[in-house]
This record gives sequence, structure tokens and C-alpha cells, in this order.
Amino acid sequence: MEKQQIIESLKGMGIAGEINETREYPEISVPAETLHDTALKLKNSPEFNCDFMVSATAIDWKTHFTVVYHLTSSTFHHVVVLKTNVSDRENPEIDTLMDIWPAAEFKEREIFDLFGIKFKNHSDLRRLFLEDGWGFPLRKDYTDERIKELK
Amino acid sequence: MAVKIKSMKYEDFLDNESLEILKKSGGNIMMTTVDNLVNWGRSNSLWPLTFATSCCGIEMMAAGDGRFDFARFGIEVYRASPRQADVIVVAGTIVHKMAPVLKRLYDQMSDPKYVIAMGACAISGGPFHYNSYSVLRGVDEIIPVDVYIPGCPPRPEALLYGVMQLQRKIKGESFREVRDPQKDIIK
Repeated sequence: MEKQQIIESLKGMGIAGEINETREYPEISVPAETLHDTALKLKNSPEFNCDFMVSATAIDWKTHFTVVYHLTSSTFHHVVVLKTNVSDRENPEIDTLMDIWPAAEFKEREIFDLFGIKFKNHSDLRRLFLEDGWGFPLRKDYTDERIKELK
Repeated sequence: MAVKIKSMKYEDFLDNESLEILKKSGGNIMMTTVDNLVNWGRSNSLWPLTFATSCCGIEMMAAGDGRFDFARFGIEVYRASPRQADVIVVAGTIVHKMAPVLKRLYDQMSDPKYVIAMGACAISGGPFHYNSYSVLRGVDEIIPVDVYIPGCPPRPEALLYGVMQLQRKIKGESFREVRDPQKDIIK
């Protein structure tokens, strides 16, 4: 589908969230509560058929986190970006998507490892690369006595 | 007496002054002859450990292949076990998680053992020196380094030159003095 078509059909689906049309890929920003439902709709609707999660990552905005998913379809080859904000910095928690895309398991473990965002209902939420007690190095307020800052 | 190696003339090296500081062999003719024999053997059969952590490792493999062929210099058989290796070429980035492994490999090597720090990452952390949570800032924080080879990554010729420098260093050793790697380092 073309980008404009995707945006039209997204609007027609009644997704609870904002649609940003100004970027390269159509972006959907949803509240954290409706993330799982939206993802399920994108996967199961015959016109989107987003059956492949390309990437899952997170951004630290100092006030909140944004978790970003890139979804694609192996039949239609379009890309849809799904975003959600996590406002609680102390105990960030959102729903896992690993029941929809099994590939999300390791991607979410990596996000947990580097940002400390917890995924509810994740089957095996352990650290992926770093040792226990390391801290979350991709958070903006992370410090470490070994780091040399470039000023 | 000048330290001679087969591959390059003594006067072509530009750092002979610092080499003379490290030189320990000498004394009477009997001892010097034994030193020369032992050092000849050690410097011409340096067996490196199979150890490469990133792109410098590719250059090290290139130095071992037919085009550059560092077997010509005696640094030849890659050993899979540290117990059979004489020299460890630290080729690549060492992260904090890898550091204890490298230290253990070094400790498992039998004396005399030598370390070549190859490339910017092994020397100082290189591009990861600032603002990195994961990278060790130079392997000399954990093991004593004999030869530093700058570059990112160094060309195989640079590795060959580094190996020749190590051979010159070995040629100056004396079997009467037990080698203390920590003491031999000029900072």
C-alpha cells in the first residue's frame, strides 16, 4: 500500500491514538493501555497483516520513555511505526508483545537490559548482555565511575 | 653489540636508544653465547594465541595469510590453547565483560609470555575512550603490554613491524635474569 492509503485505512480502523503522517513511515502513537490491542489489530487485519516485527527500541526523553516498534508485512512490504510513552521513570512498565510476535522476546529483554523498562507478562525477563546489578546504561541519568565524559 | 634480526637492518630502526635500555644480555663470552642461542630460539618461534575480538582480528588473519605471510618471521602457528602460546596479540576491543577472560588467558600462558596490543581499542579504548559504559580503556590496565601497534585497524605490515620489535626485545633478554613483564615497560 502507498503511504496515503495506509494512513486512510489506519484512520478507518478506529485506533485510539494519534497518527503522524509527516515522517517517512506512518506513525501511530498510542497510550500504553491500548498498545497490545492496537498491535493485535495491526497483525490480524487482512489489509495490514503486519506479521513481522523488525525492531523494538526505546528512547529516554529525561521526563519519560518512548518505546518504538517497527512493524512490517511480508506480503505487502509496508512499514508501520508503533509508538507508546511510558511516563513512570521509577518503575516503567508496559505490556509485552511477545505473544503476538515471538521475536519480541529478545528485543524486549534488550530494552529491559539497557533502559530498565519492565514488560508485563513477558515469559523470561532477564538481562541479556550485562551482568546483574549493572544499572541501565542507556538512560540519560546513568553514571559509572569508569566513564570518562567528553565535555 | 647491536641487536640483530634477520628481517631488517639495525640502523633502519629509529628507536634503538630505547631498545638499549631494555637490553640485559652481555657479560662474558660464554654467557653471551648461551643468551644468543636461547634468544634466537625464542624470538624465531613465537606462537600466538588464537584471540581476536574485532576488526583488528581480520587484519591479523590477513597478516597470517599467503600475501603477507608472517610465518616468514617465525610468528607462525596459532595455538588454540594459551598453555601452548608464547604471545597474545590483543586484536580488538576489550569490554569489561571480556576483561576477566583475557586476564585468565594471560595467566594461563606459560613463561616467557609476551603481549602485543594491536590497534586503538587495545591501546586506549580508541573510539570508545569517552562516554562508553562497556569498553576497557586499554589492555594495559589489566595485563602488561610489550609492544603497542597503533592504527584503527593497523595494516598487516604494521603488525609485522610490531612483531619485529618484539623479536628485537626478546633478542636483548638474558636467561640469567628472570623476566618481570611489569618492570620491562617504559611508560
